[in-house]
Amino acid sequence: MTSLTKSRPGNRRTALIAGLIALAMLGLGFASVPLYRLFCQVTGFGGTTQRATAEEAQVASQTVQSGTRQLSIRFDSNTANGLPWDFYPEKRTVTVGVGGKSMAIFIAKNHSDKPVKGRAVFNVTPEAAGSYFTKIECFCFTEQTLKPGQEVRMPVLFYVDKKILDDKDNKDVEEITLSYTFYPVEKPGDDS
Amino acid sequence: MSTTTADDFHGAHAHDHHDADHKPGFFARWFMSTNHKDIGTLYLIFAIIAGVIGGAISGLMRYELREPGIQFLQLWAQYSDGSGATIDQAYHLWNVLITAHGLIMVFFMVMPAIIGGFGNWFVPIMIGAPDMAFPRMNNISFWLLIPAFLLLLGSTFVPGGTGNGAGVGWTVYAPLSTSGSAGPAVDMAILSLHIAGASSILGAVNFITTIFNMRAPGMTLHKMPLFVWSVLVTAFLLLLALPVLAAAITMLLTDRNFGTVFYDAAGGGDPVLYQHLFWFFGHPEVYIMILPGFGIVSQIVSTFSRKPVFGYLGMAYAMVAIGVVGFIVWAHHMFTTGMTANVKMYFTAATMVIAVPTGVKIFSWVATMWGGSLSFKTPMIWALGFIFMFTVGGVTGVVLANGGIDDNLHDTYYVVAHFHYVLSLGAVFSLFAGFYYWFPKMSGRMYSEFLGQLHFWVFFLGVNILFFPMHFLGMSGMQRRVPDYTDALAYWNGIATHGYEIMAVGVGIWFVNIIYTFVAGKKAEGNPWGEGATTLEWTLSSPPPYHQFETLPVIDDNGHH
Repeated sequence: MTSLTKSRPGNRRTALIAGLIALAMLGLGFASVPLYRLFCQVTGFGGTTQRATAEEAQVASQTVQSGTRQLSIRFDSNTANGLPWDFYPEKRTVTVGVGGKSMAIFIAKNHSDKPVKGRAVFNVTPEAAGSYFTKIECFCFTEQTLKPGQEVRMPVLFYVDKKILDDKDNKDVEEITLSYTFYPVEKPGDDS
Repeated sequence: MSTTTADDFHGAHAHDHHDADHKPGFFARWFMSTNHKDIGTLYLIFAIIAGVIGGAISGLMRYELREPGIQFLQLWAQYSDGSGATIDQAYHLWNVLITAHGLIMVFFMVMPAIIGGFGNWFVPIMIGAPDMAFPRMNNISFWLLIPAFLLLLGSTFVPGGTGNGAGVGWTVYAPLSTSGSAGPAVDMAILSLHIAGASSILGAVNFITTIFNMRAPGMTLHKMPLFVWSVLVTAFLLLLALPVLAAAITMLLTDRNFGTVFYDAAGGGDPVLYQHLFWFFGHPEVYIMILPGFGIVSQIVSTFSRKPVFGYLGMAYAMVAIGVVGFIVWAHHMFTTGMTANVKMYFTAATMVIAVPTGVKIFSWVATMWGGSLSFKTPMIWALGFIFMFTVGGVTGVVLANGGIDDNLHDTYYVVAHFHYVLSLGAVFSLFAGFYYWFPKMSGRMYSEFLGQLHFWVFFLGVNILFFPMHFLGMSGMQRRVPDYTDALAYWNGIATHGYEIMAVGVGIWFVNIIYTFVAGKKAEGNPWGEGATTLEWTLSSPPPYHQFETLPVIDDNGHH
């Protein structure tokens, strides 16, 4: 039967092309991890918040007029299992005008007797607001290490981009919830 | 019809064609097979065994669901988790059962039967080729399925979190499948999917090469029978979708065992990404299961109407369109993961677009029958059953395509009813139709027409009594993947379980018919279906010679589908 395959050199070519297509799709499967992250960052998909520098924030807030729409921002805080921290916002809600900068303070305290490193994961709901909720500075951009018993006050500097006013998906939004969950960076029982 | 050609095949064949029916010994023939018909037979036998196991598992589930409360689950859990199994282990066993039923029916019953079985048997014959392009690779494709199936069955006996076995659903969603299921069971199930996937990809490469390169002279793409078209489109879907599943579940494995965080929010990953990847594979997968069924039904409707199929090109390209659009609708399985209205609107609209090429197919089948000389032999009534049932399932699919309605119906028995109408009543009906259509060709003997018709009517009644009440249950809020329900839902659940019993009797009649065929079946002619059967397999004897087409058939110009 092998003589059959040999008699058709085109077979190998077709099979090779088909195999390459399969390999390309396999590559695409893995490449989807960074692509998906990029997609979320660019579009705010899944409530992914945006980042801006102080200058960009300045530009964004310049044209804000007084009497603009007010949004209530709620803060939500969680810690994952295995992280011996207390973690809560200083104030549960603030009210900000669209485009105006605001700051929230989160407080974290390590109540164990070991230094613990944690990293915060975040998003906002409603998810459609993700592409307008912009952070200038956040503790969540870096890992945090707390010594035993240490308490830190961590600022989040943010504004809601005024482009939200033109988005009909967000026209009924009166409240945006910014949620953080702190996870231990090294998993308990993990030797690494 | 056959003319000697100067084709290479002829020369290659000249050495061993002194006896076209010369068969190797038993072991060499069945365990080292390179003959597409023998491999097709192996696939069909494998699919029947897997189908009986998968069907028995659904019987266990229906038995438990007959009444509200937990009656048998804890008892059964003692067999897998030892005496003193807790109620949590009983619930875990439920998850193991739904997982096994789903995976077995999808990967080890429908796919091997419809692609590996009928595809292997009839694609080469229908295009006038002597065999598949890569006969040895064909052999590997089949034998990879055995370890895959054994791995999946074996996973039931090792720890998988709360109890023994992989209780993660056929979707294997993270984080249940990562941090939620300690123990080797889920690893074994994932590995099983890897191997079954590799088997299918090799098969797809083989089909694509065969169909593109090995058609007989004159058999242009636009003259190929629709079953060949359907397998070609299916092979491309396999080639594009399965590697993505392989990537997704490989990342599950590394998340489970090597500390990566692709799907772990704690490390910046996203479990929803897994759902996107899974359904990017999973939605084309449902077309992989149904498209060859479309092909089979097209052949049968045309044969028993004694007319060429209506709108041949429209039928072929409708399948291509379904395949293409099938890749851009995946998130309609994820409407409740918190999408914005715009995303939901897109996936709703894109999903509904698929109803257009599907409608083209349904109406073309009806138009094929219109004015035809119909004979309602067993394959034909199965094909008609397919068309009717698939339409019902398609209509509930359009309902579920609506993001707003899906918020309410997601993960209810309405969804279970929908996908069993298109798969258990769609794909399976097309499998039985194809079986009765081609069994005389494959075995050389005629089945009992009476038993075939009886099988249809009992099975048809059974599955409808089994699955139709699930629409009511789902709309009343009965959740899928849960072994218990409120008393208010007891009535229709009881009816559904009776439906299962009737269906099981139907399957029994089928087995009796198979035995009858081998013991007392009349010898089948080369073409038992008369002038309507125009495809090449009917020009050969029944069963076909071990090596068909010593001289390649030449397809003339006067229309041949």
